[in-house]
Amino acid sequence: MPGTRPPENPPMAEKTYGLIATFDTPGALLRAAERVRDAGYRKWDCISPFPVHGLDAAMGVGRSHVPRFSLAGGITGFCTGMVMIWYMDKFDYALSVGGKPFFSPLFAFPVSYELTILFTAFATIGGMFLVNGLPMHYHPVLKYEHIRRGTSDLFFLVIERADPRYDAENTRALLEGLGGREIAELEG
Amino acid sequence: MPHAAQLPAGAPAILGEVRPASLPRAQLVGHGRGFSWITEKICGIAEEKTPPWWWWCFGVACVIASFTVAGLTYLVSTGVGVWGHRSPVNWAWDIVNFVFWIGIGHAGTLISAILCLLRQKWRTSINRSAEAMTIFAVVCAAIFPVFHLGRIWYSWFLFPLPNSNIVWQNYRSPLEWDVFAVSTYGTVSVLFWYVGMIPDLATFRDRFAAAGRNMRAKIYGVFAMGWRGSARHWSNYEMAYLILAGIAAPLVLSVHTIVSFDFAVSLLPGWHTTIFPPYFVAGAIFSGFGMVLTLALPLRAVYRLEDLITQYHIDCMCKITLATGTMVGYAYAMEFFIAWYGANPYEGFAFINRAFGPYAWAYWIMVTCNVVTPQFFWFKKVRQCTWLVWVLSLFVNCGMWFERFVIIATSLARDFLPSSWGYYSPSVVEIFTFFGTFGVFSVLFLLFIRFCPIMAMAELKAVTPQAIPDAGHAPPGESPHG
Repeated sequence: MPGTRPPENPPMAEKTYGLIATFDTPGALLRAAERVRDAGYRKWDCISPFPVHGLDAAMGVGRSHVPRFSLAGGITGFCTGMVMIWYMDKFDYALSVGGKPFFSPLFAFPVSYELTILFTAFATIGGMFLVNGLPMHYHPVLKYEHIRRGTSDLFFLVIERADPRYDAENTRALLEGLGGREIAELEG
Repeated sequence: MPHAAQLPAGAPAILGEVRPASLPRAQLVGHGRGFSWITEKICGIAEEKTPPWWWWCFGVACVIASFTVAGLTYLVSTGVGVWGHRSPVNWAWDIVNFVFWIGIGHAGTLISAILCLLRQKWRTSINRSAEAMTIFAVVCAAIFPVFHLGRIWYSWFLFPLPNSNIVWQNYRSPLEWDVFAVSTYGTVSVLFWYVGMIPDLATFRDRFAAAGRNMRAKIYGVFAMGWRGSARHWSNYEMAYLILAGIAAPLVLSVHTIVSFDFAVSLLPGWHTTIFPPYFVAGAIFSGFGMVLTLALPLRAVYRLEDLITQYHIDCMCKITLATGTMVGYAYAMEFFIAWYGANPYEGFAFINRAFGPYAWAYWIMVTCNVVTPQFFWFKKVRQCTWLVWVLSLFVNCGMWFERFVIIATSLARDFLPSSWGYYSPSVVEIFTFFGTFGVFSVLFLLFIRFCPIMAMAELKAVTPQAIPDAGHAPPGESPHG
């Protein structure tokens, strides 16, 4: 049982990524997260099978930066559409069709609009992956033997050893006090 | 509060006030099923041994799909004349089928995007399969305009790629707008579908790994991108999903608007009407919900998903079908009114010809299926009778196909010069090619059922009562997943 392993073993501690605690309900996780936040931890995380309402606030996680990528993508897309149509139908090979103007933002609008959406979609998803640091197929948390239930029905809280307030005993005691069970060390 | 800031502008303050209204809330997951039950149920569908009925259906679908393959092969090797197009109707079933399939796809995006923004939580049970339906419908739709080119090896001319003729595309044409609209729609639909599926693919990965099925665990793992359910990831993920929903909503409206521009921008009586964009969008959603019902009800019966697709879900879908069907009926009436009120003799003739001309049979099939059929959904007894809802949904699908046929064929067959009037009938090749696309669609949908999480497990868990953390800790807002 990883939970029964002595935490003060120095060679293990060197390789330790952090401590993980299991919670059974989203409410328990949320309460624990609030306390860990208030204890001043910075490098820690929660694992849940679905986004728990209010967990962002309980963890002190700020507003996501993904919209910045979306905005940049959208502006790029719209400009791409307008410039592309101007370049093709007016500048590079002006083709007269029915006496209509070679370029007008009006008829260029539908295509630019679609490209705005297309580029925004790619930028949003790309931005989300970038901010989340995905794909990352090997992560210390994924090595934990019970983590598989984190995508099904259990909730976990992980505090990293890299956190300045991390202390093998105190942190463990904190997690125990929060009602976390099966507190275990994660291999680095 | 950081969490509150993630909600759409203006929503959080008022939602806290509005929420506690004592309206009875429908239970979205029946029998109080918990998280692990949902995981077991949905994963079980992909994990179990392939059931015999699946193989039978798959075999039949492949045979039907082969009609499309054969029809298209014959067309490419012979020429586009194998279809029934003759002057004056040079554009018929291909565009009818194209608009029909694209329209079906729209309900998927409506469910995933617009209902997400409107916080309709019942969408979580059906959004995944409806999004899959969207993608497969776009695949079927794309077949028709591309093959109508005849020489499909030139189809890349549709896209702004440099070619030896130096000439570029004509961006003054709505048909070129359509190329961008439909290809963007297809791409964004796939992205939206995939992003929504990442957490569920991670569940699949973990389940298959636990069961020792390493090959499938690896494949799902690659697509799951190493998702581990981190709360910091969920925060960005939900924001990304909300933005995708926010852009997919105007996208779905613009796509069918642009599809309707294919007609409305022309000068042909019967096509040249400003009502087309909203009317086409309403019709698309109407037909799409018809198809969602057609697919979801058998799926529910086969996999015993009554606790996930409850009577409340069916009611909601029926009511949307009723609302959009009535809008379509209103549009039919308004078209006639404007044809008379506009005092344009050509326009007036086009509409009288629609209802009483050589295609009157098609027109009245359309009216019966699209205007009369959905009215049955006013009655609770009808909505509760699953097989009847399913039969009515078939009528909706049928009616919406006829709508496109009526609009296109009647206007073209009777143009300005009586000397050039004609009557369009499809060729056998055309009929089989279209019939085959239902096979193509079914093949794809059956593969989806077998290999993908057919319901958004993470979202379903989030709408169960157990998912709500104890009062006093969470802000009153909700997840943007709705």
